[in-house]
Amino acid sequence: MKEEYVTLAHGAGGKKTAQLIETVFRAAFENPYFTADDAAVLRVPQGELAMTTDSFIVSPAFFPGGNIGKLSICGTVNDLACMGAEPLYMTCGFIIEEGFPLEKLKKVAEAMSQTAREAGVLLVAGDTKVVGKGQADGVFINTTGIGRIMDGIRTSGALARPGDVIIVTGDVGRHGCTILLEREDFGIEADIKSDCAPLWKAVRSVLLEVPDVHVIRDATRGGVGTVLYEIAGQSGVGCELNSEAVPVDPAVRGVCGMLGLEPLYLACEGTMVMIAPGDKADRILDILHGSPHTQGARAIGKITKEEAGRVVMRTRIGALTLLPPPGGELLPRIC
Amino acid sequence: MAEMKAAQILQKYDGPPVRIMEVCGTHTHEIFRQGIRRILPAKITLISGPGCPVCVTPAGFIDETVSLALEHGCTICTFGDLVRVPGTSMSLADARGQGAKVRVVYAPADAAEYAAGHPEEQVVFLSVGFETTTPASCIAVEKAAALDNFSLLTAGKTMPAAYDAMRHSTDLFLYPGHVHAITGTGICEKLAEEGVSGVCAGFTASELLTALAVAVTRFEKGEPFFVNCYPRVVKREGSPAARRLVERIMEPCDSEWRGIGVLPMSGMKLRDKYARYDARRKFSLPPMHGRSNPACRCGEVLQGKCLPRDCSLFGKVCTPEHPVGACMVSGEGACSAFYLYG
Repeated sequence: MKEEYVTLAHGAGGKKTAQLIETVFRAAFENPYFTADDAAVLRVPQGELAMTTDSFIVSPAFFPGGNIGKLSICGTVNDLACMGAEPLYMTCGFIIEEGFPLEKLKKVAEAMSQTAREAGVLLVAGDTKVVGKGQADGVFINTTGIGRIMDGIRTSGALARPGDVIIVTGDVGRHGCTILLEREDFGIEADIKSDCAPLWKAVRSVLLEVPDVHVIRDATRGGVGTVLYEIAGQSGVGCELNSEAVPVDPAVRGVCGMLGLEPLYLACEGTMVMIAPGDKADRILDILHGSPHTQGARAIGKITKEEAGRVVMRTRIGALTLLPPPGGELLPRIC
Repeated sequence: MAEMKAAQILQKYDGPPVRIMEVCGTHTHEIFRQGIRRILPAKITLISGPGCPVCVTPAGFIDETVSLALEHGCTICTFGDLVRVPGTSMSLADARGQGAKVRVVYAPADAAEYAAGHPEEQVVFLSVGFETTTPASCIAVEKAAALDNFSLLTAGKTMPAAYDAMRHSTDLFLYPGHVHAITGTGICEKLAEEGVSGVCAGFTASELLTALAVAVTRFEKGEPFFVNCYPRVVKREGSPAARRLVERIMEPCDSEWRGIGVLPMSGMKLRDKYARYDARRKFSLPPMHGRSNPACRCGEVLQGKCLPRDCSLFGKVCTPEHPVGACMVSGEGACSAFYLYG
């Protein structure tokens, strides 16, 4: 069979556009709210809403453990989950480079559909634009999501308190490391898969039993280290990590060792930071360990009154050192 | 745990004051990362020596790379850290903004492979580093035997001249394990005979603490010594195979160390037989002497004559985001480590 590609005609609004929407998007996203009109008509739920938007430009678009489609759902669903919001509806906008294989676009849409189903969110509206060759890189996706905040839940980066426990819901830096190895020609072969996953169900299970979680943050760009510096600044507290407790996949640790990178600063797409009263640590970990994407959850440290605005590490020899603040582009070390 | 015992020995040290120079950038970085400086008593001072290849790369070398990239249109393949090192008027990162093609590679052989796949480009690999990295550059030259679009811009350095230049700045050396895995320990033993003490160390917290504990324990006894505390990797004879490979392709030459000056026979250049892989000869580069910011005290920092915070630029004009001196660029540089770890 001849391979088919997206052409500028697919974006011109005529028969080809309708065909693209029918065969690729409607086939994957079909649900009662998915609109053929100018806007989706939705039922307004009770309580408070959370809304967020994110654009995805990952290169390469397909990587071990996922693709840009799966990522575009996880990113937005997880942002809502961080506010304690059950994801309800999403929209998606595609910017596609002329010549992008149709088969790949179908795979992206299928991954979106599957991930949305897993997260329990409905895709209700979408948009497709096609740009000329070289004006975009393959496919870019924007997603916007609306969710309903669970009653009685209030999370914020400004709510961390001394004595709180710092939990990560899985091992750190795996997505960033996966992309780095795919993108740069380091010639390093490692069996590493992105952690990309929708985490709403895990977050929901925790919040149902422990509603007083203070902070939940998605450790995407900049990784766990950047998130902790943000929280330390917003809450005016210090973060003290136990360096031995930070879970890192052995292959990720190996690659980071070779390239001189700190796993705490590599992006995660299926790992969050949770900060909660210290006495709730064991309960939260038990719940997380029972959920499929958060079985590697660990308590990695505590919030302190001292060292306000900073993140420090207790090293294996018992010394306290500063986690160097985030900055600059990621560069591999020489030797 | 062995490291706790070693840590105790260091914390209880009550002998004469001792200055220990760690010569390797990876040591400097790891010592900060593990918080080792924080547990040392006042009598033990650590000095970060000239063992970060980026930090000792002179401005003139950066000027040469910029000229190759912008005037000769070459594709520059380099280890990442070099990209931001300031030259006389610009860094490679600045040159990239003006259209230079700069590719970051992890191994020299990757650069040769890139050249093989891009015959329309002239590819230049920036061959910096010490005894540990030079063999890899030589392998790349051998790999590129059939190519006429691949060359090296050499600034490789060797350690013995640096030990000699630094011997009065320290009481003992913490020798870099990876360098001596290649060279062997003959030079260290010879220095001990001349009264210059040292230990060869590995790179984990446990290996570093053990080496430091051995060093101060022996120092207290007052006799010059050398102890190989990294026998797992460093053998007395080193790696003769790697040395033969380098010997075949390169030869020693005088070399400029940033902030220190020219140290005789402390560099490596391609032999005449391999002139066609030598970017300087291939593109007839004129000698470039470069000029760095006169207020920058990287040279003194590298020699242990001052601490990074003694430099008037440190943390004000010169930061990891906007480095003035090379010691601020690399994560292994002393200034960068002092800045980042506070």
